[in-house]
Order: sequence, then C-alpha cells, then structure tokens
Amino acid sequence: MSMNTVDKQTNKTNTIDLVNKNLAKRYRAEKRFKAYGIAAILFGLSCVVLLFTDIIGKGHSAFLQTYVYLEVEFDPESLEIDDISDPGQIARADYTGLIRTALREQFTDANGRRDRRSLYALVSNGAGFNLREKLEDDPTLLNQSVGVWLLADDDVDTYYKSRNDDGSEAFTGRLNEKQINWVETLIANEHLVKRFNTTFFSSGDSREPEQAGILGAMMGSLFTLLVTIALSFPIGIAAAVYLEEYAPKNKFTDFIEVNINNLAAVPSIIFGLLGLSIFIGFFEMHRSLPLVGGLVLTLMTLPTIIISSRAAIKSVPPSIRDAALGLGASKMQVVLHHVLPLAMPGMLTGAIIGFAQALGETAPLLMIGMVAFIVDIPGGVADPATALPVQIFLWSDSPERAFVERTSAAIMVLLAFLISMNTLAIWLRKRLERRW
Amino acid sequence: MKETSAAEKSANIKQDSDINQDIQNVQTVGTPFSDSAKMTMRNVDVFYGDKQAIHDVSLDIGKNEVVAMIGPSGCGKSTFLRCLNRMNDTIESCKITGELKLEDRDIYHPKQDVVPLRARVGMVFQKPNPFPKSIYDNVAYGPKVHGLASRKSELDEIVEHSLKRAGLWGEVKDRLSSPGTGLSGGQQQRLCIARTIAVSPEVILMDEPCSALDPIATARIEELIAELSQNFTIAIVTHSMQQAARVSHRTAYFHMGKLVEVNATQRVFTNPEHALTEAYITGRFG
Ligand SMILES: Nc1ncnc2c1ncn2[C@@H]1O[C@H](COP(=O)(O)OP(=O)(O)OP(=O)(O)O)[C@@H](O)[C@H]1O
Ligand SMILES: [Mg+2]
Repeated sequence: MSMNTVDKQTNKTNTIDLVNKNLAKRYRAEKRFKAYGIAAILFGLSCVVLLFTDIIGKGHSAFLQTYVYLEVEFDPESLEIDDISDPGQIARADYTGLIRTALREQFTDANGRRDRRSLYALVSNGAGFNLREKLEDDPTLLNQSVGVWLLADDDVDTYYKSRNDDGSEAFTGRLNEKQINWVETLIANEHLVKRFNTTFFSSGDSREPEQAGILGAMMGSLFTLLVTIALSFPIGIAAAVYLEEYAPKNKFTDFIEVNINNLAAVPSIIFGLLGLSIFIGFFEMHRSLPLVGGLVLTLMTLPTIIISSRAAIKSVPPSIRDAALGLGASKMQVVLHHVLPLAMPGMLTGAIIGFAQALGETAPLLMIGMVAFIVDIPGGVADPATALPVQIFLWSDSPERAFVERTSAAIMVLLAFLISMNTLAIWLRKRLERRW
Repeated sequence: MKETSAAEKSANIKQDSDINQDIQNVQTVGTPFSDSAKMTMRNVDVFYGDKQAIHDVSLDIGKNEVVAMIGPSGCGKSTFLRCLNRMNDTIESCKITGELKLEDRDIYHPKQDVVPLRARVGMVFQKPNPFPKSIYDNVAYGPKVHGLASRKSELDEIVEHSLKRAGLWGEVKDRLSSPGTGLSGGQQQRLCIARTIAVSPEVILMDEPCSALDPIATARIEELIAELSQNFTIAIVTHSMQQAARVSHRTAYFHMGKLVEVNATQRVFTNPEHALTEAYITGRFG
C-alpha cells in the first residue's frame, strides 16, 4: 500500500509512455483491420464486375436483330386471295411463297433445289407472319409491290454481327459459300440492317433463335411470383405474429421453431418433389402452371419470411408494447397498431429477399413441368408457362450461337428484375422506417 | 432531518447481519390500511417461477392519496406496482396470489378483463416511452382505443386538456404533429403522463418516473404529481427519498419482498417505526 503511494508519480509517467508506445501498434492493427475489410469489398466488387462484363459482353448483341430488305409483291394469285375483305383468306394465305419468289428474283444465280433451299434459308421462316400483319393492317397493299424489312435467319444474324470491317474472320456457322456470297451482296447493297430486337421482348419461346423471345418466360415468372407474394407474405406474417405474440412457450412451439429453421435449409428441389406429389399428384392440378409454381415457391419462401418476420417483431422495443398495454390496448391492438408498423420494414426486407430467391429458383419448377417448351405467352396463373431462370436453362442447352447471346440477354433481364425488386425493397424500407 | 432521527433511534439499530436474518419474521408496522381505500391489497405473494419476489404484502391506497414506495434495489417495488394493473400478466413465469381489489372489484378475478382495468389504472414507466408517432397521436391513442371520443373535436379537446394538465401544452401546442420522440426527456415523460391521463384513469401507477430526468425536469414532474393528486390516486415508486418526502402522503418501505413499514411520509422520514426503515433512510444500505 505505502509503496504504491510513493511510486504513484513515477508510475504515472510510465503508464503514459507505455500507452504511447502501444498506440503506434494499435494504429497499425487498426489499419490492417480496415485493409482486410476493403480487400473483402474489392474482391466482392470485382466478382460482380466480372460477372456483369461477361454477361453483358456476351448478351448485348442479342438486343439487336438483323433484318433483310426485300421487294415483295402481294400477288393475289399466289396468295389465293380473291376477296380482300375476308379476314379468313388473309389469315390462311401462304406468304412464305411471296418471300421465296422475291428472293429468287433478287438472286437469279440460285439454280437447283439445293441452292434454292439455301437461298430461302437466309430469311427466317417466321417472316411470313410479318407480311400477313402488313396486309392485315393495310389491305390496299394487295397487288402492289412494296419494300419490306424481314427477319433474317439466325445464321445470317450471327454472321453479320460477328463480321468486322477490318476483314477478320467472321463466324460463318452453318452458312455455305453461296449463302455467304448472297449475304455479302445484301450487305453491299445495304439491304441488311441491324435494328433493336423487339421480337426478343415481345414473343415467347421458339425453336428458331431469331423468333425466340423472353416475354413468355417473363410473364410466367411474374404470375408465379404474384402467386408466391399473395400467399407467402400474409401466411408468413400471420405465422410469425402468432409464434411471437400468442404461442405459449413450450416443447411443442420449440419443435415448430426447430422445424421452420430446418425447412429454410431444405434443398429447393425437394419442395419441387413435394409440389409434384401434392398439387399435381393429389390435387390433380395441371403441370406447368404458374399457379402450381407459385404454390411450390410459397412453400419454399415461407420459412425465410417467417424467420425474418419473427426477428423483426422481436426487435420492436418492449417499452412500446408496455406503453400500449398500460393504456389498455388489447393484445391485438398492440400488434396491429404498434408492433406490425414498427416491424414492417424488417419484414419487408426479409420477404423481398425471399421473393428474389424464389424468382431465381429453377429446380422446383423443373419438377412441376414448368420446363416445357411453351410458345404462347401466358395470360394468367392458369396458363401453362415457363419462368425466366428455366428459360435461361433451356436456352443455355441449345447449340445455336444465337441462343448463346440470348441466354446472356435473358440473364440480363433476370438481373434487371432482381435489381428492381431489391431497389423497391430499399425504397419501401426507407419509406416505412420511422425516422423519429 | 436524518441526523436527528438516526440519533434518536440509534439504540434500536442492529447489525446488518442481524437485519438480514430477521427479515423472515418481519411484520408490517405502521398504518398500511386506509378508511377510504381506492385499492386494497391483502396477503399478496408474487412468484417468478419458484422464486418469491413479494411476501405477504397487505396495503391500502386511499382515494386521492399519493403513496410512495421506497426500498433497496431488487426489493420488489416494481413487481408489486405492476400487480396493480396486471402488467405482470405479460411475464409468463409470474404468479400472483392474494386479494387485490380496485374498489370492490377483484382485479385478478377470472372474469375481469385487463382492458377496462388498465383504463382505470394507468401506468407511467421509468423510461419515457412515447410511441413513434406524433405528439397528438400519442395522447389521442388511449381515448381512440377506448372509444372515448365520438368526434374529432372531442378528441382534440381531450388531447388539449390532457396536455394542459401535464403542463406540456404551452411547449407543444404549435407542433402537435411533430414526433413525440423528438421531445426532450422531461417533455417526453410529461407526454407519457398526458397520454395516461387522457384515458381519465382513477389510479395512476408511476415506476420511477423521474429516474431518467435532470433535476429541473424532475421538479416539474413533482409539481405535476402534486396537482394530479387532487383528482387521481397515485402510487409512485422512487429511489429518491427527497422525492418521496416531497410528493407523497404515505410512504411504504419494502425490503427483500416484504412490506416493512407504512406510515405518513412525514413520520417515515423523521421518526421511522422500524429499524430497517431507519437503516435505509439513513443510508446504511440500498
Ligand atoms: N421478469 C422477471 N423474472 C424473474 N425475476 C424477476 C423478474 N423481474 C424481477 N424479478 C426479480 O424480482 C425481484 C424484485 O424485482 P423488482 O424489479 O420488483 O425490484 P425493484 O424493487 O423494482 O428494483 P429496482 O429499484 O432496482 O427497480 C428481484 O429479485 C428481481 O430479480
Ligand atoms: Mg423497479
């Protein structure tokens, strides 16, 4: 004791020296610590940049589509139209023949069946629909000769896109020498042009890459997601509120809690199998429906939503509850007036993460048949459909080079979907969060 | 004040170790009962699981009386106070036995609904806890929940009246729509008091309402309590003996879950009847 008091003065200076000595070390440690964090962020960012440059690099060209210019004569004889006011005749007519005639007239060097077939292959076999639409829009075109831009075949499209002015080797694919010559002629005459690819955003799937679009899958995803949101959000919140506010704390609720946490970690394909056996096997719903997909994804996202909602409810300060209870609010009023509004931002964040997961989910949808080849664009939850990630999976399996770029473009669309959903989540949270 | 009382009673003061042994046999001394009782509590025991937090407490709170509850930390003041409007119902492990009555009604009667009970017995908490809503909505919440106002103008009137009685009207009348959490600590606590009296309760329970406040804000709340006691019955838990002396009519001293002494406040602080009370107010423990 006495020694201590005597040494107090000297001790003091020693302490401050020691502190100063250690200070440099502490600063270094702090700097290192900060550097680790920055390194982690940089790593993450570079992965994102890599992903995006790869996808955009591969996919950006899919947003342009090559069109061929042809002089087409709407010849009533070959169209077999004798009454232009009859829509049935216009619909039934053979427009492909017109295109073939026009091609033959332009490239007279195509002799023999094989040559002709090569020539016809320059234009997409869906181009006839364009002509039909034109005639339907303007019946006076009958008997006239008009210049039209028609959808080019995907081989022509790929060749034209990969062709550089510097003379480097272009990707010829399945094009033969004659076809390449014809294409070069078209290019020289400026009868080939790249335009924005509206088809990609306005049509469903197709075997022909130039006619394949993402709209069907987008609508399928949208309907699936709507079903998922409509079901899993209210059910998840109701379950979370019950478990947090009303359920007695006993073995049984512990058991439920453990199981919910387990469900959150179950591989999604198992939910697909479950959906297959319950909704399709037992309830005999049809395959490939967004309704069934939505139900399956609801099962899958529910645990995530319940867990995050419970966390959000738990984080509501007990003093607020006490205040409301002390005023004589009933339990339900406390929940509705105070707990839910305060927990809502957290619940929404969790839910939207769940929905984003559901949007990117492929495996369970494969199990319930949303992998089918569906051309028609679904108009509701009960129309057969596929979904964006499944579409990506399907296209990535196709050998045509035009499908490779479309795969990347579809990924870009999916990412855009996800980014806008997450932006919405942040916006909603900011809006609902009480800043007071 | 304390000096003299300590000197007078010095002969009765035992050693601390003796005090703690004797607590098992303590009988309440003084005047726990009242002729015009608003609330009557008889032989109340409170358990948290197996642990008993309140031992056989009997106490009356008279009409328009301010009863202060003092005692060392952890002696069960809050627990007892929270029994009076059944706030302990929210704690699952908490079991209460004994008889607790508000006038003639058994508070813990199986058919007694807590909602009307809490409308009659309001509570102000230790930490100011305004809702994250506007000042107006804070005060209007109780009346809205209980349907006390049928028209907006009536509600406006209740809000204004309550804020006036809580001594907050002058400070907030121009910003009723700004958040209640944006007020200072003392203002927030007065807002909480306004919120409580907006429901026109008969009894107000206050659990250390000034412990988070500075002396000036505390003084204002104390003034307010004195005013409110004209219309309300008040039970207040406090750690400040000065505060108990200033605001209350009777003071109850709790010790380790037992009610040791209840007497007129004046008496408790000048001439305590029980040695434990004496020891506490002279600062020997707590
Ligand atoms: N929720 C609870 N669960 C279990 N025990 C509790 C609970 N609340 C209080 N207790 C115990 O009951 C006893 C009395 O607590 P109480 O909060 O009533 O004391 P207090 O007199 O208000 O103390 P303070 O002056 O510090 O607020 C303490 O021993 C405490 O540990
Ligand atoms: Mg307390």
